Amino acid sequence: MAVKFSVSNLDLYYGDFQALKNINIRMNENEVTAFIGPSGCGKSTLLKSLNRMNDLVEGCKITGTVLLDNVDIYKNMEITELRKNVGMVFQKPNPFPMSIYDNIAYGPRTHGIKRKSQLDEIVETSLKQASIWEEVKDRLKKSALGLSGGQQQRLCIARALAVKPEVILMDEPTSALDPISTMKIEELCFDLKKEYTIIIVTHNMQQATRISDKTAFFLHGEIVEFGETGQIFAMPKDKRTEDYITGRFG
Amino acid sequence: MKSSWKTFKAHPMSLVFFILVCAGVILTVGILFLVVAFVLIRGVPYLTPDLFALEYTSENCSMLPAIVSTIEMVGISLLVAVPLGVFCAIYLVEYAGKGNKLVKLIRVTTETLSGIPSIVYGLFGMLLFVRALGWGYSLLAGSFTVAIMILPLIIRSTEEALKAVDDSYREGSFGLGAGKLRTVFVIVLPSAMNGILAGIILAIGRVIGETAALMYTAGTVAAYPKSVFDSSRTLSLHMYSLSREGMHMNEAAATGVVLLIVVFLLNSFASFVAKKLKSKT
Repeated sequence: MAVKFSVSNLDLYYGDFQALKNINIRMNENEVTAFIGPSGCGKSTLLKSLNRMNDLVEGCKITGTVLLDNVDIYKNMEITELRKNVGMVFQKPNPFPMSIYDNIAYGPRTHGIKRKSQLDEIVETSLKQASIWEEVKDRLKKSALGLSGGQQQRLCIARALAVKPEVILMDEPTSALDPISTMKIEELCFDLKKEYTIIIVTHNMQQATRISDKTAFFLHGEIVEFGETGQIFAMPKDKRTEDYITGRFG
Repeated sequence: MKSSWKTFKAHPMSLVFFILVCAGVILTVGILFLVVAFVLIRGVPYLTPDLFALEYTSENCSMLPAIVSTIEMVGISLLVAVPLGVFCAIYLVEYAGKGNKLVKLIRVTTETLSGIPSIVYGLFGMLLFVRALGWGYSLLAGSFTVAIMILPLIIRSTEEALKAVDDSYREGSFGLGAGKLRTVFVIVLPSAMNGILAGIILAIGRVIGETAALMYTAGTVAAYPKSVFDSSRTLSLHMYSLSREGMHMNEAAATGVVLLIVVFLLNSFASFVAKKLKSKT
């Protein structure tokens, strides 16, 4: 399988605090890669440096290289271009306070698509891909804030899909949702990986085993172990991984 | 209430506190009620059609020209202060970095400005707009003076409104590849509209109620201003002039009633607009 993201020798500092230490990891196309580990281990931080959301954090300093399809995203890529290719779904569903339609159309409009017919089509396909079309097709003009939490999160996934990204980053997308909504989103990940590369941060180890192909275990800003999800959970090579997945800490 | 008697017996201090709280409520509402009642009782009997005659004469003391110039004054001052204030607040919240020295400076300045008595603004306006720029006692000089006066208020309320917008909206927008400008204007500003509007309404209230600063800058001519360079008195100033002359206390009281009604209408309008905006999102 082709490598989508390749991170090498990445160090990341928030002021004096080193949040990531010498990260080396490769993520493949059309796979789901899960980042697991206890709070504050740096998994979300690494996720955010993949579409440069860390640029918004003051005092954040990054060294090393991150290649997306062999292009250095910190040196040779426009940030808008990067974020168009690498979409993000956040921990808390964050639909904009506008209609469902406008939420989805926001991204394409940002990138210059103005034709109504084209937007209509994008909205419909994105909502269908996020399997929420049936629930909202009669209320596209209604506020997105009226949806339930799980629907909002799927709407946010649809919103991310609308700009036709290649990679979708998900930062604990189900941590604020009920079990049924969680299940729907997990199924969605499974469908989406046929066309997209998915990288997901999760607190929930069962979730990682259910949906991911590869898993990376983080501790204190380092990747302790990275490999096939089956292998990580069945036969971890590192003692610390074993302790974590068997619930001895974290 | 019945159960609270037991509580009061067990904790006598809570009874004292309860009485203090009640007294606070009764006094506040009572005073407000008294003021409104006084103005109405004193003024309503003198609300004659004469007071709304098209032209002002010293017999009819019409306030129609004053109403018109009040509206114009509010319009011009908002036209100056709202864009300036809102843009300034956008800079402070969205663009300036956290430890920025300029931000601190602007904050100290706006705080100081909002504490200055309005008569000082009047003096400044007279020296700058009326004399130095040669606008004379005029609607324009008055408008600019009150515009400066309400600027800190608008900056402050807009700043608070922008800060109250959930950061996750900004993240979501940036995450889709939108730039700062688009994020601010399409996502953040509409979400903050309620708070900004509330600030603007407060500012309008201050303009309508202003007298001291306008005496020095807009003058007290009681006719319609033919251009922005004409002197004209606003409603509050009209009321002040009437009562200062001592001959028209009743007309002044009637003007007070109209002012009260204007303020009431303004507030209702504001909450109506706020509700409309809220239901839209």
